[in-house]
Amino acid sequence: MLKQVEGSHSTAEAIALCRPEVICAYPITPQTHIVEGLGEMVKKGDLKNCEFINVESEFAALSVAIGASAAGARAYTATASQGLLFMAEAVYNAAGLGLPIVMTLGNRAIGAPINIWNDHSDAMSMRDAGWLQLFAESNQDSIDLHIQAFRLAEELSMPVMVCVDGFILTHAVERVDMPAQADVDAYLPPYEPVQVLDPMDPISIGAMVGPDAFTEVRFLQHYKQTLALRLIPEFAAEFKMRFGRDTGGLLRAYRAEDAEMLVVAMGSINGTIKDAIDEMRADGFSIGLVTIVSFRPFPTESLRRVLAGRKHVVVIEKSFAVGMGGQLANNVDLALRNTPAAPQVHSVVAGLGGRSITRASLHRVFRRAIAQPWEGAHFLDLNEEIIGKELHHVRKVRRSGPTAENLLRRLDQAAQSTAAE
Amino acid sequence: MSDSTANAATQKLRFYQKGTFTVGNRLVPDAERSVQASIDRSNALTCGHRACQGCGEALGARYAMDVAMRVTRGNLIAVNATGCLEVFTTPYPETSWQMPWLHSLFGNAAAVATGVAAAMRVKSRPEVRVIAQGGDGGTTDIGFGCLSGMFERNDDVLYICYDNEGYMNTGVQRSSATPPTARTATTPAMGPEPGNVFGTGKSLPRIAVAHGIPYVATATVADLHDLERKVSKAMGIHGARYIHIHVPCPLGWGSASHDTIRLARLAVECGLFPVFEAEHGAVTNSRKIRRPVPVDEYLKPQRRFAHLFKDAAGAKRLAHLQAIADHNIVEYKLLGQEEGA
Repeated sequence: MLKQVEGSHSTAEAIALCRPEVICAYPITPQTHIVEGLGEMVKKGDLKNCEFINVESEFAALSVAIGASAAGARAYTATASQGLLFMAEAVYNAAGLGLPIVMTLGNRAIGAPINIWNDHSDAMSMRDAGWLQLFAESNQDSIDLHIQAFRLAEELSMPVMVCVDGFILTHAVERVDMPAQADVDAYLPPYEPVQVLDPMDPISIGAMVGPDAFTEVRFLQHYKQTLALRLIPEFAAEFKMRFGRDTGGLLRAYRAEDAEMLVVAMGSINGTIKDAIDEMRADGFSIGLVTIVSFRPFPTESLRRVLAGRKHVVVIEKSFAVGMGGQLANNVDLALRNTPAAPQVHSVVAGLGGRSITRASLHRVFRRAIAQPWEGAHFLDLNEEIIGKELHHVRKVRRSGPTAENLLRRLDQAAQSTAAE
Repeated sequence: MSDSTANAATQKLRFYQKGTFTVGNRLVPDAERSVQASIDRSNALTCGHRACQGCGEALGARYAMDVAMRVTRGNLIAVNATGCLEVFTTPYPETSWQMPWLHSLFGNAAAVATGVAAAMRVKSRPEVRVIAQGGDGGTTDIGFGCLSGMFERNDDVLYICYDNEGYMNTGVQRSSATPPTARTATTPAMGPEPGNVFGTGKSLPRIAVAHGIPYVATATVADLHDLERKVSKAMGIHGARYIHIHVPCPLGWGSASHDTIRLARLAVECGLFPVFEAEHGAVTNSRKIRRPVPVDEYLKPQRRFAHLFKDAAGAKRLAHLQAIADHNIVEYKLLGQEEGA
């Protein structure tokens, strides 16, 4: 059914269609509307046979989901940013225990400085935790990926994180096609756990494992993610058969066939990139796009195939590892390792803490990758003037003050002097 | 007349235990006997585990779980915080738990138990009950947030804390349940205030009472009948329940393995560990001290308090500890006649 709704609400409706049995909620912007929507559905009786639990922290939220999942219930929670970090220990634990919990991550920057706007630092902080990580490009994607996420999680018995860009998607009103309950029921069978706490068949879950078997336990976790590389496209194909939409899969290509330059990106920014590519194609620039849907497992083989033979690869990402550079670029590099005549990889860090990524900036950086290639990460639209001033100040004065506040003051001064002119 | 009452009749004069707080199984009627006296006991925490000799926690957990298993007819799931109990019962690939058992993390046992209870509700299995358990570190410190959350939501979970007054699994460090003056690896017996300092720490039973939850009790491995009665009572109630069991730790306390029960009893009799029950925010009952003793008698056999017995400064600290015990005796009305006795 077509409708025009806020992303959080359509995501909440999609979760409800998946018939979750235990939902744990703790508020954090920008994910809050999702659990609010679900809470309302449970309270009104629209979402039946579901326990909605208001917990005291994100750590408790995921812990309640762990208990519920281990006891055989379909469990769901949502978080963002600091919330994900606060539950970090439980994030690893849920994966290590092999519990098929689905969690929405309303992607948001991590402080300090505190920032509520969108980037992918939160998702990247847990990229090695053992969860599958799927990135939504649109609110339709968010609906479809959540439905596929429960199927994947329960088939593999491992948790799945669906990453939905904070505000850009969660708070945007878009037209979506909401699946029918009967179709979702047919696609997603009831949860049949592979391990469950049951007095009729008592087992111990969560025993201590020493050096004798720890490596093997970890290997099997990795092996399951490699199985996911096969299952993700399979379930996406099945999804397309039933719902008629080509969502999911490991990655998606756009105008890539003959492109000399391929852009690689994740999440909502792909819409803007597609517009920029259309405009540049009209100017005769040979450019296309590869959207990574599954960041974990990372589609190394599929990506290598699509990137092979290109001249340039520009990786645009909303996160970076301080002291190293972009994590996605690093993973793309890895996919190209030992490839003969590998394309030149250009790393661009953009949109941190909610900064807009404009088509004009994208045009410039794509052209610059050929004209003036750079080493390491290029920070899109970096305000070099205030950085210069701050670095000068720090060199001169030992007690130079907090960086964030200093930069804000300089921006304010610059704005005032512009206004005075 | 059953065999047991016949036994009671013949053995009445030969055994001191009759009418006391100790187990004395052979002397009491069948219905009042410990679950451990029955061949049908579940052995939920069975033998072969790696606990130290004289471990109070292993003893407490065994009695608590078996009685809970009896009350629930085996429809019980346990969630365990990280700690001694978790480590000594489940060295991979072995487990001592003959019941469904889940260990997730150090600080989240109460929340995980909430999730298990929610799953049982949604799966329409109201007969299956949930117990969360942990040591004092996992309860009063790192797991405190999740525990308080579980209490205030009144989730249908019994949380049992085995309090051995420190982080024994990691090598005897101070917790917020460590008593003043006790020597631990992080509160060494040196300097102007040797051991753990006065004026620190918290009483989790009191905090649990303040949550107004349906049932709170303290218990001790020195009185296993009372412990069983309390666990049994707690399992008959729905909502959040808390039982705090005092469990001596020979390793951490520097005491003899064979002194575990004796020390647990002395802790009660000197007034330092009040044994009481509370319902919906009010204390309803306390176990009376049968044979009052000065705190010295309890502290002296423990090497963690050795510095109190060396000089005049130690004597002053002993007096301070006695004052704390005396305060407990007044506050919890620990002297006088046992109700219904």
